[in-house]
Amino acid sequence: MGIESYLPEGFVLTTTLEKLVGWARGNSVWPCTFGLACCAIEMMATSLAHYDIARFGSEVFRPSPRQSDLMIVAGTLTKKMSPMVKTIYEQISDPKWVIAMGACASCGGIFQTYAVVQGVDQVIPVDVYLPGCPPRPEGLLAALMKIQERAKNERFRDRPDIVTEEDIKKYCIQRNIPEKIEAAI
Amino acid sequence: MAKASEIIKLIQKKHKKAIIEAQEFRGDPIVIVKKDKLLEVCEFLQKEKKLLFNLLVDVTAVDFLPYKRKPRFDVVYILVSVDHDHRLILKTQVDEGEKVPSVYSLWKSANFPEREVYDMFGIEFEGHPDLRRILMWPGFEYYPLRKDFPVKGFDFDKKWDPETIRENVFKY
Repeated sequence: MGIESYLPEGFVLTTTLEKLVGWARGNSVWPCTFGLACCAIEMMATSLAHYDIARFGSEVFRPSPRQSDLMIVAGTLTKKMSPMVKTIYEQISDPKWVIAMGACASCGGIFQTYAVVQGVDQVIPVDVYLPGCPPRPEGLLAALMKIQERAKNERFRDRPDIVTEEDIKKYCIQRNIPEKIEAAI
Repeated sequence: MAKASEIIKLIQKKHKKAIIEAQEFRGDPIVIVKKDKLLEVCEFLQKEKKLLFNLLVDVTAVDFLPYKRKPRFDVVYILVSVDHDHRLILKTQVDEGEKVPSVYSLWKSANFPEREVYDMFGIEFEGHPDLRRILMWPGFEYYPLRKDFPVKGFDFDKKWDPETIRENVFKY
């Protein structure tokens, strides 16, 4: 079947933990179900039979950010929507990645107006910028492969996912959360 | 289906003094009425058997600031009669800071469009049941579709911080 059929009985493979974890993370990047505008249509097309994002292990679009690893910001981000996007991003557990899909999410696109955020990188950190208006499904798959590459080659110490006490205090002050909950975190 | 000229004649016959101007444009009648007579005229348009305008399609406004016209705004009502299959564009003129009577009591569909006009132009509607902003968040200081508001807004080049409006948006 696989590599094990070429090996003698009781085989042993040696690798580093980083590579093993990266291999597991990179091959099952679950995206968050989250579309803002017309790019979401292309995102849906990518997940359907013709382009079939399942080939890359990302077919499970999770309706809850707590179960997903990847946030595809697909479309125009208005200022009124920006607090929700930030909240969803914060609810995704580490490790997490973000694709800014399309011109609007990358830089505001054609909407240079008072109501539109000029690039989601002002609100959340972005890993891959995907140009196009809207990008074709092949483009989204290419962006996903970039994310996979990044996940597979990542060193543990490169990922700043250790939450310090200062971070928690800052978060609690920002959201008006009482100190009791702060202790629980 | 009545002709545009017939509709104008019917309104002129009943409300001669309320009408500022009446014209015809590509088969549709356009009638400009005085602001304080608006409700009277609207009630007549809705109830009169030969007119029977029972559907309010949209309420919108126009800013005439570049023309330095006084009063500054036009509030535009687009009416359709489903029974007779004819339509009417009703306009009224209002200056900055003045109030327009709400037509919510006659057509319930005026609720959201009037809120939109309030949000985008800052024209207040008297007698509206729930006059809040509908598109922008509460606490937004400007009226974006006014001609003296730049398209890019006043903080276009600054980095946007969503925390500044978080409370207002979630409170909604």
